[in-house]
Amino acid sequence: MKMHVKNRNVAVIGIGQTSLSSHKEDQNQVEMVQEAVINTLDDAGLKIDDIDCIVHGNMELFEMQFAPDLWHSLGTGACGKDEYRITTGGTTGATLVCAADNLVASGLYDTVLAIGMEKLQEGNTTGGITNMADPLWFRNLQTGALTGTTAQEMIDEFGEERAKRAAMRYRIMMDKHAMLNPRAHRRFGLEYSQMEDLMANSPPLVGELRLIHMCSQSDGAAAMIFTSEEKVKRGTKHPPVWVRDHIQVHREETIPNLFGFNKPEMTHRCAARTLFARNGIQNPVEYFDVFEMYDPSAWWAVDWLREFLLLSGDEHLRMLEAGEFDLDGRLPINPSGGVIASNPIGATAMLRPAEAALQIRGDAGGHQIQKEVRHALASGFGGTFWTALMILEKDLEWQEVNHD
Amino acid sequence: MTTQRVAICAVAQHRNDPDLWHKRFQGMLLDVLEDLQTQTGFTFDEETGVNTIVSCSDDFFDARTISNNGVADVLGAQYRGEEKMAQEGLNALGYAQAVILSGHAGLVLVMGHCKESQAESRNAITNLGFDPFYGRAVGLDYLNAAALQARAYMKKANLTEGHLAGIVVRARQCAARNPYANAREIIAAGKVMSSPLLCDPIRELHAYPVSDGAVGMLLASEERAREFTDRPVWLTGFANCMDSYFLGDRDLTANFALKQAAGRAYRKAGIADPRKEIDLVEVMDAYAHQQPLWLEGLGFCGDGEGARFLDEGGPGKYRVNLSGGMLAGNPLVIAGLYRAAEAVLQLRGEAGERQVPDVRRALAHSTAGPAGQFHSVAILEK
Repeated sequence: MKMHVKNRNVAVIGIGQTSLSSHKEDQNQVEMVQEAVINTLDDAGLKIDDIDCIVHGNMELFEMQFAPDLWHSLGTGACGKDEYRITTGGTTGATLVCAADNLVASGLYDTVLAIGMEKLQEGNTTGGITNMADPLWFRNLQTGALTGTTAQEMIDEFGEERAKRAAMRYRIMMDKHAMLNPRAHRRFGLEYSQMEDLMANSPPLVGELRLIHMCSQSDGAAAMIFTSEEKVKRGTKHPPVWVRDHIQVHREETIPNLFGFNKPEMTHRCAARTLFARNGIQNPVEYFDVFEMYDPSAWWAVDWLREFLLLSGDEHLRMLEAGEFDLDGRLPINPSGGVIASNPIGATAMLRPAEAALQIRGDAGGHQIQKEVRHALASGFGGTFWTALMILEKDLEWQEVNHD
Repeated sequence: MTTQRVAICAVAQHRNDPDLWHKRFQGMLLDVLEDLQTQTGFTFDEETGVNTIVSCSDDFFDARTISNNGVADVLGAQYRGEEKMAQEGLNALGYAQAVILSGHAGLVLVMGHCKESQAESRNAITNLGFDPFYGRAVGLDYLNAAALQARAYMKKANLTEGHLAGIVVRARQCAARNPYANAREIIAAGKVMSSPLLCDPIRELHAYPVSDGAVGMLLASEERAREFTDRPVWLTGFANCMDSYFLGDRDLTANFALKQAAGRAYRKAGIADPRKEIDLVEVMDAYAHQQPLWLEGLGFCGDGEGARFLDEGGPGKYRVNLSGGMLAGNPLVIAGLYRAAEAVLQLRGEAGERQVPDVRRALAHSTAGPAGQFHSVAILEK
């Protein structure tokens, strides 16, 4: 496979976010966006005049704000600048990172500020997501983002007890991570001793998908600043984090296997397989030091680990059961607490690379991984099993690998 | 810095229609896709075909969350990368240029669609484009914002009702030669001046008609362009610019954002004097008064000299909107992409009855937001 070569290298030099909460009554959309932008500019040690271009995204039907970048420009600082608004549903935040990477790598812009936001308090999230389904064929079947099929498939494959315990172990692990992240929205203080109780008594949503398994609805915004290698050489406030490569894999809208046909390759595996191959990464579990994964529910998370990490059989369950995905494990997953803890949708998929980059910098605070983080993987999820996957690096050394 | 250029290898337009009730937007896009494939022979092969698609549509007009979700199959986005430009479609060209120059993709398919006929009211949608505290509550929408601008501009540039009618009459004369236009009936000035007032001073025939449409393009890197066409059109300059949000914070006739966007696009394309160096102009004139106003911002007409410009035949001289422009009907969210498609046809000598000679360099413009809060400018060359 042809190796991926960029026109020029791109680094993350600023990372910022707001607190994440179910109700941000003290801020309107513009003020929330502005807080993330100011935090990010401060983090980068830049002023808004240093930014050449703004990239904005969210899911506008949640807030019922048509072309929201126009009003939000009061908070993004876009006035007088080039600006793009790019959206792909839940993947939007990660797509914005891909877009900023492209815009800087193209040479058309040196420094790009990307902003993802959502204020789910102002809309009806499940109604909004249901509204994505085709009005003729699927809308009557859609249950928003609540999908119980994966739970049933895992129970069928691994047995009820093992599958349920795996999903709940993942859920409690995420809460333990979120407890270390003061910005996270839902922090329950769960213990592994509560597993049996939660498995039996958390309110069921769809089949074995229970309330405790599901991600939250949050308000919040995230922003990141990207710049070229030339600009990085002139000095940055924090060490740069390099965007090595990204890939996005979409698919047509029918949910795979909805009617029990043979399951096609999952977009997650397709993305991972392609991305790793063109970057010469043979063993992702060994290569990466952290994976910030868009995990909308504990069931999906466990299932998707197998896909993203190119595992087979029950390898992912064995790793989970052995604590290898814990914060001090072999490949820590979502030190931030992930999407299950905090989910401001338009910002959610940006928080994955943002948190991964903080880990590389060593600036994650309470949820910092103790061993050195040099190679990070981050994913976004949206639409009908759309995926965005990217590799972040501490050093530019991958350039030296002979790709021919 | 890069010295590569990005080529437009093919364009395909679906005819604009006031109410294409018998066809879903998926079907319209499929027609566009098949047209592009027939012209160029491109495939979706993993190694040599299209792997990156930039779509353009709007959740409000489609009444669907993630409007690109419902068209992923007809975009060819099955196991491929796809990103939705959630602004006016000309920006999809600008972004696709960056995707190619970054080295991420050698080919990009750009596909936009919108069926305005599905919406109960365009004004109800654009009312939601205002903030929920002030603008929305007083009933602002893009029509009455444009009316505020029209009144101010008519005063500043000495524009009369006759001038506005003349712009519409000429638009229809041009549109009559454009098989893709929606409103192609030739009309007299009197009919424009007696059409009902929508929002003083804007009359029904001063405003772009409700339109359903779809448009697509295949873009390629310089090294791959000749695989798909022997008449590539080069995108040599693209820029856009945001103005401030509150109408009261802006001079609605000053073209702040357009002047910046045009200046940046001209610099990239090496243009010093647009009047001498651009052979054809397609502007997104949602309302009649905006045609001379945007031409001021682009530098074809002096500031506040709209009336004199029209009296001296400026639009004809600079070959403005030979397609009929947006006044002949395009959907709001892809009207600029249609402008670029028409400019490409002229550059390739494929514009049929509306073809003019010696078009070497053309400009396509688009705007978004109330009274032109946001503008985009693309320079296209043979």
